[in-house]
Amino acid sequence: MRRRIITATALGAVGLLALSACSAGGNEGGSDSRGDITIWYSNNEAEIEWGKQMVEAWNADHPDEQIKAQEIPAGASSEETIGAAITAGNAPCLVYNTSPAAVPGFQKQGGLVDLSKFKDGDDYITERSGDVADQYRSSDGDFYQMPWKSNPVTIFYNKDMFTQAGLDPENPPLATYDEFLDTSRKLVQSGAAKYAIWPAPTSEFFQSWFDFYPLYAAQSGGTQLLEDGKATFNDENGEAVADFWATMYSEKLAGTEQYNGDAFADKQSAMSIVGPWAIAVYGDSVNWGSVPVPTKDGMDPSEVYTFSDAKNIGMFTACKNQATAWDVLKFSTSEEQDGKWLEATGQMPLRQDLTGTYPDYFSANPAYEQFGDQAARTVEVPNVPNSVEIWQEFRDGYSKAVIFGEEDVSTFLKDAADKADSLASQG
Amino acid sequence: MTAVSTPPPRVATSDGADAAPQRRRRRWLGENPLGLVFSAPYLVFVLVVFAYPIVFAVWMSFQDYFFAAPGAVVDRPFVGFANYVAVLQDPKVWQSFGNVGIFLLINVPLTVVFSLLLAYGLNTIVHAGIFFRISYYVPYVTASVAIVAVWLFLFSGDGLVNHLLGPLAPDPSWLVNSSLAMPTIALFVTWKGMAFYILLYLAALQNVSKELYEAASVDGAGRVRKFFSVTVPGVRPATFLVLLLATITGANLFTEPYLLTGGGGPNGASSSPVLLMYQKGIEQGNPDVASAIGVILIILVLLIAWIQRTFVGKED
Repeated sequence: MRRRIITATALGAVGLLALSACSAGGNEGGSDSRGDITIWYSNNEAEIEWGKQMVEAWNADHPDEQIKAQEIPAGASSEETIGAAITAGNAPCLVYNTSPAAVPGFQKQGGLVDLSKFKDGDDYITERSGDVADQYRSSDGDFYQMPWKSNPVTIFYNKDMFTQAGLDPENPPLATYDEFLDTSRKLVQSGAAKYAIWPAPTSEFFQSWFDFYPLYAAQSGGTQLLEDGKATFNDENGEAVADFWATMYSEKLAGTEQYNGDAFADKQSAMSIVGPWAIAVYGDSVNWGSVPVPTKDGMDPSEVYTFSDAKNIGMFTACKNQATAWDVLKFSTSEEQDGKWLEATGQMPLRQDLTGTYPDYFSANPAYEQFGDQAARTVEVPNVPNSVEIWQEFRDGYSKAVIFGEEDVSTFLKDAADKADSLASQG
Repeated sequence: MTAVSTPPPRVATSDGADAAPQRRRRRWLGENPLGLVFSAPYLVFVLVVFAYPIVFAVWMSFQDYFFAAPGAVVDRPFVGFANYVAVLQDPKVWQSFGNVGIFLLINVPLTVVFSLLLAYGLNTIVHAGIFFRISYYVPYVTASVAIVAVWLFLFSGDGLVNHLLGPLAPDPSWLVNSSLAMPTIALFVTWKGMAFYILLYLAALQNVSKELYEAASVDGAGRVRKFFSVTVPGVRPATFLVLLLATITGANLFTEPYLLTGGGGPNGASSSPVLLMYQKGIEQGNPDVASAIGVILIILVLLIAWIQRTFVGKED
């Protein structure tokens, strides 16, 4: 009897495997096909508002090519949701929340449409975004993502806390590492803040985008973590940045514990590394100011690079009506829609000469001008194979050496660079 | 009077020709084919939710496998034990198995001892029994995410526990201390899951014969002696079940390190094999490597279960 049950179970399992293999049919998508399409946008309130008006505007003029829009289904992260949808074959045509770090993985899955294959694909993208677009090319030189919007990160600081610590809130000394450290010491020693700054010290792969990477981008003059498939950070710039953060942690100027909430909003830290979204979030609840991220010896603010924190638009191979999807993609990134995006969200369209294109917006919203200017000097995560794994390796080493000081910074940089080189070459 | 079961009456046949298909049908469908109908939904459930994923995971672990879009032309060659070699050469995997070993060494004995003691206490108290049973059960039915927030409040650097400990508080604090992170998580999981095991023991205690306690009393046994000589042997099947379930759920540790220590920190001191499977399989797109970790985990759990069965679960 037992043998029969085992046999039946095994046969059933094999049968299910076979069924699943049979069900994996090819998609019928086509780059010339037109008709209704589905799009997903982020579940951020301001982005939904923009998305709804964009869809209404398109649908009003295209009765035979309607857009059905919805928020990205809930999941641990949008990348995981999209990855699962690709595998299941039910990804929408366009996702307005595609993380550049996830693009190499989605591409490997065969989930993304090569936008460069559209007749005007390359030209449209490079004309809209300028030189910044090159960071989003995949290893074969083509675009599998439409550079869409960035949130160039800067240092936000609490003016009231700075005043309490005896610092000048209008001209805070935060340009060089020495200045930043001295300011941090004054903030903590005076009791104005528990920590000077409190980036998440946790181990998720993306956390280095909000502590190490912005400062590395600035210190290196706009160098990506890997270039030409080789790690760049095992040099004096990487070492300077890692040493700076290691000092912040060892002197308890930055918190090593996970904070449950927003430490800056809760006035537990006097500074934070955030993008332009923070203007709307902190509003009047924090008396804030912002400055570019620091560099070792200081730099003219107009030359300082930072991390882009971009989200892009991906077109997915499950899409049947790709010609319509491409037109919608261009419509939604047009000068008019980018302007509406800027108004609705305060996030920067990845468009060249942003401040010159929307002078009225920036003169009416001077707080955003710094971000508009900064958007031209942003560094993206490298578009390489095994991108997420590389960042995880980097984070693990960073956590050990920099946050917890249990390893030499130089050893961490060398080991992380070796692993990154190896992973990037695996394809 | 003894009840005698009689076999079902056989249908007489003129010759043996009709009996053969009947025998074949009975061999495949059993004596009561209706039973198959009733058990079919569960059988399908087991096949779809357990058997298929396990077989698929084992198969994946021997391929260069990644999830792909339907119809995408991708190469997923057979790679033999390459994924297992990669897994066994990865220090993070060893660390995660070591971490879960520490977890089990703390969690399983504490679970068995405290759930038995508390169940015994609940079984004997006369007043406020319902209140205590509900009190113990509240953490078990409360969402992990909510409970985790309470523990973060208790065990953070300036949390309540450190305030009470004063200068004795560890530095770095509990959840960012490489030596204390996993024991803290083990305590948390023990506390949170205790109620379920208490229920198992409470049910088992109902089956311990009262006559045995009375006999022990007549022989002059005290409360402690009765506990060790009557209660503990009396609930041994439940103890085996508790050991087994605590080991299996402990080996599947994921939510607590993910939420309490932000992804297995500090320095991976609280990472677990399942957390690594999530990172490698879902976040990094290497389900083949994740499957290899999963298969190794299954083998180790089966091994532990076999040892437990040998030493605790054997019937007298």
